[in-house]
Amino acid sequence: MTIKSNAASVRFDAVTKAFGDVVAVDQISLLIEPGKLVTLLGPSGCGKTTTLRLIAGLEMATGGQIFIGDRDVTKLPATDRDVAMVFQSYALFPHMTVGENVAYGLKVSGVKKPDAQARSQDALNLVGLADLGDRMPSELSGGQQQRVAVARALVLEPQVLLFDEPLSNLDAKLRRRVREEIREIQQNLGLTVIYVTHDQEEALAVSDDIVVMNNAVIAQIGTPRELYEVPSDAFVADFIGEANILDCEIESVAGDMAQVRLGDIVMQLPALNLAPGPAQLAIRPRRVDLHAEAVAETLPGTLLKATYVGTHMEYRIETAHGEIFAISGDVDDLHHANSEIRVGFRDPGPVLIPAA
Amino acid sequence: MNKFVALWLAVGLIGFFVLPWYTTDDAFVSFTWLRDGWPLDADYAPAIIQIFAHGKIWLAPLILFFAAVVPVLRGNPSDRLFAATLTFAGAGGLVFLLLQGFTIGIAGWEYASLEALFGPVERQFGMGAGAVLVAAAFLFLLTQGFAARGYVGGDLFVAGSIGLIIALITAFVFFPVSRILVSAFQDNQGVYAFSLFAEKISDSKIWGLRCLSENVSCGVAWNSLMLAVSVGIGSTLLGLAFALVTTRARLKMGKAFRVLTVLPIITPPFVIGLAMILLFGRAGVVTQFMASTFDIPPTRWIYGFTGIWLAQMLAFTPIAFLVLIGVVEGVSPSMEEAAQTLRADAWTTFSTVSFPLMRPGLANAFLLGFIESMADFGNPFVLGGNYGVLSTEIFFAIVGAQNDQGGAAVLAIVLLAFTLTAFYVQRRWVGKKSYVTVTGKGDAGLHAMLPKRLTWLIFAIVIPWTFMMLVIYCMVMFGGFVETWGRDHSFTMRHYADAFSVTTGEHGLIWSGAAWNSFWTTISISAIAAPLTAGLGLLTAYLLVRQRFAGREAFEFGTMLSFAIPGTVIGISYILAFNIPPLELTGTGIILIICFMFRNMPVGLRAGVAAMSQLDKNLDEASLTLGANSFTTVRNVILPLLRPAIAAALVFSFVRAITSVSAVIFLVSADYHMATAYIIGRVENGDYGLAIAYSSVLILVMLAAVSLVQLVISRRKLGRRTAVAGAEQAGAVAT
Repeated sequence: MTIKSNAASVRFDAVTKAFGDVVAVDQISLLIEPGKLVTLLGPSGCGKTTTLRLIAGLEMATGGQIFIGDRDVTKLPATDRDVAMVFQSYALFPHMTVGENVAYGLKVSGVKKPDAQARSQDALNLVGLADLGDRMPSELSGGQQQRVAVARALVLEPQVLLFDEPLSNLDAKLRRRVREEIREIQQNLGLTVIYVTHDQEEALAVSDDIVVMNNAVIAQIGTPRELYEVPSDAFVADFIGEANILDCEIESVAGDMAQVRLGDIVMQLPALNLAPGPAQLAIRPRRVDLHAEAVAETLPGTLLKATYVGTHMEYRIETAHGEIFAISGDVDDLHHANSEIRVGFRDPGPVLIPAA
Repeated sequence: MNKFVALWLAVGLIGFFVLPWYTTDDAFVSFTWLRDGWPLDADYAPAIIQIFAHGKIWLAPLILFFAAVVPVLRGNPSDRLFAATLTFAGAGGLVFLLLQGFTIGIAGWEYASLEALFGPVERQFGMGAGAVLVAAAFLFLLTQGFAARGYVGGDLFVAGSIGLIIALITAFVFFPVSRILVSAFQDNQGVYAFSLFAEKISDSKIWGLRCLSENVSCGVAWNSLMLAVSVGIGSTLLGLAFALVTTRARLKMGKAFRVLTVLPIITPPFVIGLAMILLFGRAGVVTQFMASTFDIPPTRWIYGFTGIWLAQMLAFTPIAFLVLIGVVEGVSPSMEEAAQTLRADAWTTFSTVSFPLMRPGLANAFLLGFIESMADFGNPFVLGGNYGVLSTEIFFAIVGAQNDQGGAAVLAIVLLAFTLTAFYVQRRWVGKKSYVTVTGKGDAGLHAMLPKRLTWLIFAIVIPWTFMMLVIYCMVMFGGFVETWGRDHSFTMRHYADAFSVTTGEHGLIWSGAAWNSFWTTISISAIAAPLTAGLGLLTAYLLVRQRFAGREAFEFGTMLSFAIPGTVIGISYILAFNIPPLELTGTGIILIICFMFRNMPVGLRAGVAAMSQLDKNLDEASLTLGANSFTTVRNVILPLLRPAIAAALVFSFVRAITSVSAVIFLVSADYHMATAYIIGRVENGDYGLAIAYSSVLILVMLAAVSLVQLVISRRKLGRRTAVAGAEQAGAVAT
């Protein structure tokens, strides 16, 4: 394999980007280590794409500093940064063949033609399109075009490889395969990859770390498991997977553990540096158990709606603490709408988050 | 070493030390100066010799500005000193160059006070090749200074392009137009006289309203206004009728009406007027027929308001049609379908949904018609009679016996005020609104058909009008084969022979026809102007569509402004501005080329904007992130993808250069006579046969050019219809 990695870290130091009065990225500080695949995740308009374009040099920061490796690139235009980007629309040049597209970056940086051809062929081999160099992009399928875009970016052996929602134009089945391929190439070559998506499942599946963004700031950084299991606030809890957010009371804190009251239930949960007083619980729908008869440490409720969706059942339950959404893998032993029911939580299940 | 600084320093030094400093010859590229005494002769010497041998010592400081650049040749662009030095040297050099140019003219000092201060100096002429290179070098050193400061992201190519376009627009649009203002405030001896200006601008010849009560003609401003408003309304309604027939009547041949949109592009504006004289003039076919059959005595009714109005309606309705067809198609069918499912009948749907949605577009079409009519020179010239309008009065003020430059300038200001107001309203108010509806996403569904009664009404208007257009164009095509219209209707080739005969002589072919001289001049000047015009327009389009930079709004307004300046105003402003140093251009072919470049730039601009907006911006960005700079990106990615737009811009620039008459008529000279000016001259002499024969040849030449490009574009795999349509629109809409 002749495509190498020159992976470098990316560091944001209080970076701000404003378009007129609108602040798209607000004082973000961030360190992305070399060789990691980090996802920027968030709802549309949260500033994740702007953050990516700041790294590429397609937008210029209005404040703060950006480093790639040890080099301050804040004022450097895209042309002079050692990054490559795979665009959402792929942005393949429609008037060039696949081979010419892949060789383009080499050609404009003055690599000799035979070298450029050999290297672009290597890149095409790497993405599994060895024989398609002479085709025009319009003659390829969406998945193939996507791979050409990846090859075109890889061939320059950039310090950082950027992906802007690369899978959003592919159908659902292809998406899973392509994201696995991207991850495989990234791990094999040890590339630094920064990946923008609004699809939380995609983010959980491919990332070393996930940066969740909301309203131009970072909401939480962590591994997929951390984000899912210990969300730091209601936004993250609800955005990564679904979560029931219920008001609760921290009665006391002893060491790392807090005693938490939710109605009649009292639980011992990791305190996560919260002080006694009002707080909230985030509970995943699959961590909710439903019981037809009275069980200790459960909440009483009324089953509003039961929906059969094939692989599982979805329930909505009205309780004194708000509506609870539950998912049960048991599709045979059903609860029925409008019945009185008891709601319990598994362990581990509820996670403490600060009060809204 | 910094390549770009070195390059422009070298260019500047060549300009200073090698090329002739002053204008030498009328020819575009002439090297006769190499044989005629260069480098020592006073006419051909470069600046350095002018300083030492011919007493032009005031040129000496220029070299200091070049010297200032030398220390930063090895500098680092991110260094503050680098940016400051380039900015200082470039700006300083440019300012000094302009100062000496404007203060020292053909009689030494231009201002007596300066002569008293510095003592008498030698005289000097207009700037030549050397001075132009030096100016360019200073300009690009300056833009590099700006780029080094981080302007437009530090992009040299973009900064340079912006600088170039601003410099060109300032020199060839703003500077000449400002000369009109100055000239309006001067009497004919060049003394400032504000009271005279007040007197002139309120003259009853311009604003008189006595026509309302007595049988005299109104002021020319009122004449122009009345004409423009009625042409605007008329062409909008008629254009709407045609647009509705084409898109919403159950009519198979409706599409054929689209051919109409090509007509204004290939028809010199006065040709319609000419054909109307042949039909309805005192000796016209129709007039004679009416006289002999119904005993209706021939009158001169065609000369005056009615005639101009009819001719302009015929000429400008296709433009309104072109605008309105987009508007009518832009009304989303799903809205009409929604109205129908809510139980609105055809008439209610049209009057409550479709029509209100078209209203901004109608206002747009009206204003364009208004501007076109105001700016039109050919038809009022040919058909005006005693009905004077601003554009023709300007011409007569300067060309006629009076040679009243100040008077012409005042009229030009009034005309400019009208068109600029309309232009401003069009851009700020309706222009944007109507664009929103046009550039929506594709929408499924079918347009609602017109209500029956409306359909019949529209047919009753459209069919006779189409017939009249056909007659007019038949007249244009075949009118040249008749001996004398109205008197002797025998077939003859005489007019064509007079114009285009070719005989063989001792030295081969002799182009003995009277028209050949102006014909070849027209073709060659237009052919030179076309790529320059298209290039300037496309470069501007690139900057507007693809770049964000400080001052972009003002830049856009400045570049679109030449749209709104009537040709007559440009013509007179060029005479006022370029008759004297530092830019002495009148009488040359260059002034014609420059005039075409800036008059027709909107053609390339619109074609470029339309096509570039269709190109995914990610393509540029992909190229940039792959390490290409913006110039390489333009060359390798954008230009290849814009090929259809380029072809369209080229041909329409070419064709519009051939058809333009209003500005050209001021700028032609014995050496550079243009076809349209020649034809107008024939019409003045009553030589209608030759005029119409020549016109028909021009139309055929242009039709061939336009068809050729349509063919080329439609064959291209990557062809984008929208780009072509955009260019067509641009071609038609700009005057």
